[in-house]
Formats: sequence, C-alpha cells, structure tokens
Amino acid sequence: MEFVGGKLLQVGIAIAAFAAVIGLIMLLVDRAPKSTRDKVTVIGFLAPAAILMIVGLVYPAVQTSYLAFTDAKGTPNGVDNFVWMFTQPEAVITLRNTVIWTVLVPLLSTVFGLAYAVFIDKARGERILKALVFMPMAISFVGAGVIWKLVYDFRGAGIEQTGVLNALRVAVGMDPKQFLLDAPENTIFLIIVMVWIQTGFAMVILSAAIKGVPVELVEAARLDGANPWQQFRNVTIPGIRGSLVVVLTTITIATLKVFDIVRTMTAGNFETSVVANEMYTQAFRADEPGRGAALALVLFLLVLPIVVYNARVLRQQREIR
Amino acid sequence: MTATPARDEADKALVGLPLGEKGIHAADEPIMRRVKTKLTSPFATAAALIIAAIWTVPTFGLFVQSFRPAAKQVGPRSDGWWNAFFDGQFTFKNYVDATAAAGSQSPNLSQYLINSTAIVIPVTLFVLVLASMAAYIFAWGNFRGRHAMFIFVFALQIVPLQMALIPLLQLFTQVLQLPAGSYTQLWIAHTIFGLPLGIFLLHNFISEIPGEVIEAARVDGAGHTTIFWRIILPLSVPALASLAIFQFLWVWNDLLVALVFSGGTPDVAPITQRLAEISGTRGARDYLNPAAAFVSIIIPLGVFFALQRYFVRGLLAGGLKG
Amino acid sequence: MKSPKFLIPAAAVGVLALTVTACSPETGGGGGGEAADCSAYSDYGKHEGKTVSVYSTIVDIEATNLETAWSDFEECTGITVKYEGSKEFETQIGVRAQAGNPPDVAIFPQPGLLAAQASNLKPAPKAVSDLVDENWSADWKKYGTVNGTFYAAPMLANVKGFVWYAPKTFEEKGWEVPKTFDEMMALTKTIADDGAMKPWCAGFESGEATGWPGTDWIEDVVLREAGPEVYDQWIAHQIPFNDPRIVSAMDKTGEILLNPAYVNGGFGDVRSILTTGFAQAGQPVLDGQCAMHHQANFQAANWPEGTVVAPDGDVWAFMTPAIDESKGKAITGGGEMVGAYKDTPEVQSFLQYMASAEFANNRVKLGGVVSANKGLDPANAQSELDKLSVELLQDPATVFRFDGSDLMPAAVGSNSFWKGIVAWINGTPSKQVADSIEGSWPKS
Repeated sequence: MEFVGGKLLQVGIAIAAFAAVIGLIMLLVDRAPKSTRDKVTVIGFLAPAAILMIVGLVYPAVQTSYLAFTDAKGTPNGVDNFVWMFTQPEAVITLRNTVIWTVLVPLLSTVFGLAYAVFIDKARGERILKALVFMPMAISFVGAGVIWKLVYDFRGAGIEQTGVLNALRVAVGMDPKQFLLDAPENTIFLIIVMVWIQTGFAMVILSAAIKGVPVELVEAARLDGANPWQQFRNVTIPGIRGSLVVVLTTITIATLKVFDIVRTMTAGNFETSVVANEMYTQAFRADEPGRGAALALVLFLLVLPIVVYNARVLRQQREIR
Repeated sequence: MTATPARDEADKALVGLPLGEKGIHAADEPIMRRVKTKLTSPFATAAALIIAAIWTVPTFGLFVQSFRPAAKQVGPRSDGWWNAFFDGQFTFKNYVDATAAAGSQSPNLSQYLINSTAIVIPVTLFVLVLASMAAYIFAWGNFRGRHAMFIFVFALQIVPLQMALIPLLQLFTQVLQLPAGSYTQLWIAHTIFGLPLGIFLLHNFISEIPGEVIEAARVDGAGHTTIFWRIILPLSVPALASLAIFQFLWVWNDLLVALVFSGGTPDVAPITQRLAEISGTRGARDYLNPAAAFVSIIIPLGVFFALQRYFVRGLLAGGLKG
Repeated sequence: MKSPKFLIPAAAVGVLALTVTACSPETGGGGGGEAADCSAYSDYGKHEGKTVSVYSTIVDIEATNLETAWSDFEECTGITVKYEGSKEFETQIGVRAQAGNPPDVAIFPQPGLLAAQASNLKPAPKAVSDLVDENWSADWKKYGTVNGTFYAAPMLANVKGFVWYAPKTFEEKGWEVPKTFDEMMALTKTIADDGAMKPWCAGFESGEATGWPGTDWIEDVVLREAGPEVYDQWIAHQIPFNDPRIVSAMDKTGEILLNPAYVNGGFGDVRSILTTGFAQAGQPVLDGQCAMHHQANFQAANWPEGTVVAPDGDVWAFMTPAIDESKGKAITGGGEMVGAYKDTPEVQSFLQYMASAEFANNRVKLGGVVSANKGLDPANAQSELDKLSVELLQDPATVFRFDGSDLMPAAVGSNSFWKGIVAWINGTPSKQVADSIEGSWPKS
C-alpha cells in the first residue's frame, strides 16, 4: 500500500516539524536571561496560538464587521442591512426562535448530561453506558439527518407509518402528526435533535469533573449523615461549578452558531428559522454577503452577555485565589 | 495536605457541613468502594437506563435500517425499521455497495478513512499542545491584560467559520503559496478553528490546579517550561483527554473546512466528503446513507473507548505526594 | 483552428472507433486497456504533461461517466483532467473564486450561478463560440452569455415536465394519455372519482432546496399558459413576479397540487408533499397508489433497481401537454454550462472538446443523460426515454425554455421562490406568495 506510506510520511514530517518548533520555543524560554525570562515565556507560549488566531479569526471578524455595512456588490450602504433584517416579515419569529434555542439547548443538555454522568458514575458498565450517550456526537451529519427522519417521518392516516413517533401515535389511536410542519412546536422538535447531540458533550466534561471531586469530601459528607441528594447538592455541584459554567457557555455558543440542523430538516421554513440559518442562507444562497455579515454581527451581540458573565466568573475566581 | 483541583471551592462549600476527618487519601481504595455502593441507588440506575434508551433508540433505528433492503428503506413500499424484526429481511448489500468502488471518483472507502485519520491526528495534537500552552499562560502567567486577552480569545468562538474561509484560503494560496491538494492547508485551518474552544476548556481546568503545587515547584527552582511539562500537563490529563476526543470528532465529522481546503481530490479528501456524495448527484441511492454512517463512526468510537480510562484517572494517578 | 464542420464527421468516426475498440458503457474506467483512436482528436493538439482542473456538482456514478467520456481526449492530447465533484458546488465555487483559488474549469449547473461568477471568468475562445453557433440553438448560447459576452458552452441537458405513469395501470383502467392540459385535468378527475388511487403523487423535500420541484411545476404552466414571451419577461423581471398571469398559473397548478382529492397518493395529504423526498415521490406510481408524477427525465434514475422504463415497461412518461396549442409545443429544461477561469491552451482545448459533438456522443452513449447538441446522433441515446428526450430537444418545432428559477437572481431562484412554494403548499394563497417573492427580488 504505497499511498499509505506516503501519507504516513507526510504526517510524520508535520508532527516532527511541529515538535521542532515547540522544542525551539521551550529552549528559547529556558535560555532567556533571567531579567526578561517572564516576558519571553509569555511571548513564547502565546505567540503560536495568537498568530494563528489573528490570521484565521480576528482578521476575518474585522472584515465581516466591515462587510455588514455593504451591499451585495460591496459598496457601503450604511445600516441598510440592519434595517432589512428587522423589517422582513419573519424577523421577529427568527429572533424568537433563536432565543428559545439558546435557552433550552444548553439547559436541557447540561441537565441531562449531568444527571446521566452522576447516575452512571462508578456504575458497572460505565464505559458502555457513556458510549451510548456519546454516540450522537460521533455520528456523521448525514447519518443524524436520516436518524431523525426515521423518528419524525409522516405518512397520511391509514398508510403504514415509517416514523417511530407517528407509529406510536397511531398505535394508541391518535392521528399521525406533521412534527416538522406544525408551528410553533416544530421548533421544539428541532431543538430535541440538538439536545440529543450536545448531551454527550456535557456528559463527558461533567463526568470528568465529577471524578475530580475528591472522594474523601463525598465520604466525609456521607459520614456526617448527608443523603445522596445533599451530597450531590453540597459537595459535587460546588466541586464542578467551573466545569458547569464551561459546559453551559460552550453549548450556548455552539447553539447560537448552529444552522445545519435547521437547514437540512426544514430549511428554515414553517417558522423554524434561526439567525445562524438566515446568515448562511443570505451569505451563501441568496448571494447577499452583506446581509449575512450583518446577521453574524447580531449573533455576536447575542453572545455578549455570556462573555460578560464569564468575565465576572473569572474575576471571582481570581479574587478567591 | 495535598489538594486536587476544584478542591478549594469544594472545601468552601463544605463549610456549612460539620466535617469529620478531612484528610483521607484520594487513592484509598476501600473507601472508594464504599462510596460506590452508596451512590448507585436503584432509582439512579433506572433513570440512567431510561436516558440511555431514549438516546440510543434513534441511532439503533438507523443501525437496523442499514441492514434493510433498499425498497424497505425508502419509497412507498418502505415501512418502519422495527418491522425488520418481523419480516426478517436483512442484507449486507448496503455495506458492500457503500464500501465498494463506484468508479475512479471513489477508489474505495478505506482511502478516505486513511485521509481522515491523517488529517485528524496532527490537528488534535497541535490543538492540544498550543491550547494548553496558551491556557497555562492565561491561568498562571503574570502579565498585564491577560484577563482581558483571555476573554477576547474566548469570544472568538462566535466567529462563524463560514466568514473565515475566504480570507484564510486567500492567505494559503496567494501569500503562503501552500501546495493545493496536500494536508497542510487542512491541518492549519482546523488548528486555528479549534484553538479558542480548546484554550477555553483547558483554561478552566488548568486555572483550578492549586497554586501551592506550582509555588512549591517554583521554590524548588523549576522554570515555566518544567512546570508546564512536568506538572501542568500530567495533572491535566483528564481535561486533555476530553478535549482530544472532541477535537478528534469535530475534525472527523467536518465537511465544510475539508471542501474548501482539501481541493477535493481523493488523495486528501476525508470520509465526510465521500459520505456526502454516496447517494449520487440526485439522491438516487440514499438507502446507502445509514450503512455509510456506521462505517464512518467506527474509528471515533474506538478512540472514545481508548481514551476513556484517562477521563477517570489522571488526577488521582497523577500522584501528588504532599 | 480547423472549421467545426470537419469535426462532425470526425466525431462520427471516433464514435464508431470507440464502439468497436473500447469499452462497453458498463465497464467504465479511464480509457479501457487499448489505445484510443486519436484521429478524431488531432484538432485539440498535444499538451503533454499539462493538467486541467474541473469542478462541478456531478458526483458518484455520473462523475465516473463524465470522466470516461473524456478519457480518450486525455490520452490523445496528453492533458490530465483533474476532476472534482461536490454537492456543495454552489457555495464553494464562490468561496474559491473570491479567494483567488478557482478551478481551471467549472461546470455550472445553472446560468444564474454562471452570471454571478462572470466577472471572474474568461470569455469563451472563438473556437468554442463557433462550435456553439454550429451545434446549439441561439437560445442555448444565450444561457452562456452574460451582458453580451459569451462565457460558457452548454454541456448536457435535462428535459423537465415529464409526467410519469404506469402504462399497465392506464391500460387496465382504460385511461388514455392526455393530449391537452384540459384532457389531463379531466383524466385527473376521472381517476379521483374512480377512487382506486389518488391521481397524483408529489414530493418537494430536498434539504435546504426544498420546494424546487414545485418551481418546475409552475414554470411548466406559465410557459404553456402565458407563452414563451411572458415567460421570458417574467424571468427577466420585466413583469413583476406577482403579475396576474403568473398568479393564474399558480392557481392552475394549485388545482392539482392543493386539492386533497388529487394528491398525495401513497404519502398522505397535501402538506405531505413538503416532507416527501423528491427522489422517492414517484414510487407510488409503481404500486398503483397514485397514477401520475411530474418530474424531469432524471427521474429515470430514481426508480428502484430493476424498474423497466419504456412505453410497454413498468413506467413511462408523457410530456406535460400544451394548454394553448397556438402557443406551440413548449418544454422547459435545464443543463450545465462549462466556463473557464483560465485561458491557457490546454484549457481552451478542453473547452473546445466539451462543446463538440464528439463529447456529446461519447457521454450520451454511456446512458442516463441527453444533450441539446445538434451533432448528437439520436441513435446514441441509450434508453427509450433518452431517445424521447433527444427527439424533443432536436425537434425544430419545440419551443425550449430554460428552467426559470435557474435564470432568476439567486435571492429569488435559489431562495425565495423555493420558500414561496413551501408556504403555498402549506396553505398561503397564491397572490400572497407571489407578492412576497416579488418583494424579495433584488433592487437595481
């Protein structure tokens, strides 16, 4: 298998080159004269990541901000894009949906992920049980699309149902339902898909955090007569607070950005659109990059409260230390 | 006394509880076993099994579907996947078709799997090392503005990938003149997109490592590099393992970045690119999607199982002798 | 450059040589074992060691067929064609071109996209322009022309507006293939009254493009009811989208699609059209759950394996009949346009081959597609349906119009028109839908 060898070589060279760069940085940091060592350390440790992010994220972000004030041909048009955004008929619904998504998805994913992580902690077969909830994260997007079609699929009354939920409805004598068409609850059915995916993330991170809570503390609480709920409430939760904030934050941002679930399942029709989906559609479908960029800026505004909250948490941590 | 991350906060929270003996050693096996018997209640077990079932049934449906003949999967003659257990019609044909060559466009699935692996392994490594270095400095470095800089990096997570593609591609092809159709562009692009979240996740963990540990090392004359490699990284193994598995997955399941930077040739294209095309230009063979999805999930699941033991150990085994 | 006239007989020779020496369509794979007869390719010159990169929406088996169709060209000219197909072409081509990293050649699935890229494209070489004048109708050339500059030659074509039915069912029930639209409506009513099955089945679900099969329906009716002139004005936005004639066409289509007695056999009610995948939507025809299904010629590939597509087979198709016969025999269709971002000799040579009758014959011979190239030998059409499609395309009496949504600006043709169809099926009145699409038409 010649081509495998060639690819292996490429990977090997890349890793070696990377190791050489990191090694060089470490060497420089170590050899720096004592007076400047702290400065050199900061620069050495931060520079590789900083350069990459400035090039690949900061610069595009700046460009996007400019683009938001231009029209489809790239000529500046003031706040036209924002006027358009808030005057189109579905604007309110899109914003409302985005808010529902960003409230429900992080909350439900974290609650389910945490509960599951606690319940299976140290249980027999923990690895397998974890893998089951983790699996949705690992499945390809094409696969996930088919999976949920198999759940929500609709056939008219009297025709053999192919979707699990409608088969259950018919089995108990109800009429089949168009889960993805009937607003407003169809947004909830889309959210369930995202929760299904993100719970695995919350579970893995929180499970690791739970295992970091010193076992003697839990034991001590138990000896003091705390019941399992009290142990959880008073020992585990405070012990994993940092991770909880991280999980909630990460999932919130992921939810604000997610568009492919909406795009592939309803294409934003039937009052299910969210800001990220509109952004994608405008920038890449409708050939209106300016409008797309304006919507991206709105997403950034929506994430600001989370940024501020994290900044506060961070400050508190610093003060504690 | 030795401390473990999150301990300080936990200690504080425990103030309200009259605590007995506090200094029980973490790796004290018999105690762990006793805790185990106490916490695994029948209710918890039942609840866990219910969640596991609800989360698995949809995927299980896809799994069953992947073994059903085309006519049973799509179209008016199809029926629910659960009928497979009654009609007994199972076939391996979908897997054979999905993995077989469909002409020069798709030499075979294994080449795409190798490509995916060759893309994902260096990226995961790069992100882990670079993000932990940055996270360490943000948590324990001493310079003005690190707080604000960290928040800024964290906020970069919101930059939509789609907006970053064009400037980055411009840079790669016109300024850096990176060869098209090699892995290099993909490695760099994925690393960039993985950094903000990586730094954020690791910072949370690394900043909770007790200050005394680092202070003690400093007193012993250890420099930043020694502290980073000998103390921070070994202590962070559970967090590194978590980040590794997720970084692995994001890159493994990515299609967008691959489309832009791989040049699309079978030499470098990852498995997702093949998956997206397997059903044909107009979806005539979409009954192959379930089988193809399960071929693609094998490696990530294997990695998950391989990394699982690090989620548990690490801190406890990291061996802080006080 | 040699005169294109020479090319056609040469192509015929090449075709003959191919059928004798080289592979049968099924074996596929670059060029077969034996050396190709290069006499037909002498016009394209020698470009040893040169590479041409090609990007398009065509993937999988269709892509393999495409590569097979130019494998002899590669062998004889020494050009290596590096092909890449992706279903995300529509978004990716813009990203790559903007980043200054476009392919040498792009095969555009719709003229609207070509127009959006025109500023980055090189005008077509004269040889290609001449070939197109020779081999295609002026209309087709127009689809590759943006603001008076000709950029891209057409490649293959698909014919829209076929109505698929099961000949056996029609025979058993004594139903006749309708000759006029009114007859079709009458037949629809007969079938509905008969009660054995719904007259129609439809499916508009197609991921983010959900709704497009509905745009084809409307376009077919506009062209047949209002005529080609109004159709052209509608697409060019010389009349508004909510013009009464367009709304009337929507209502006429709605008589079928919005009538619960007429749709949606095998799947459910009217709204189930929106959740039924377009690739599977026709299958109830085979099972006697619905009588007719409206879809383009590429539907032939969507029938389950083993389905015989022929006048006496499991399933066959008639063209959506004329509404006003005085307006002529009008059909809608689509096709790809081959445009280039570079003008090196090897790229020009490749473009010239793609515009030639030779390519059309080579590709059509592999089955599943047709071309509007006049140099195409109808005998090369592989299936009964391909033959019918070629006949329709080559018939001088046929009024051919390109799929309207493909010609409209992307904000309409690839967005609001689709969404409008979805809202319309979901219960929004025709007028209101047309108003809202009109409102989304880009200003200027």
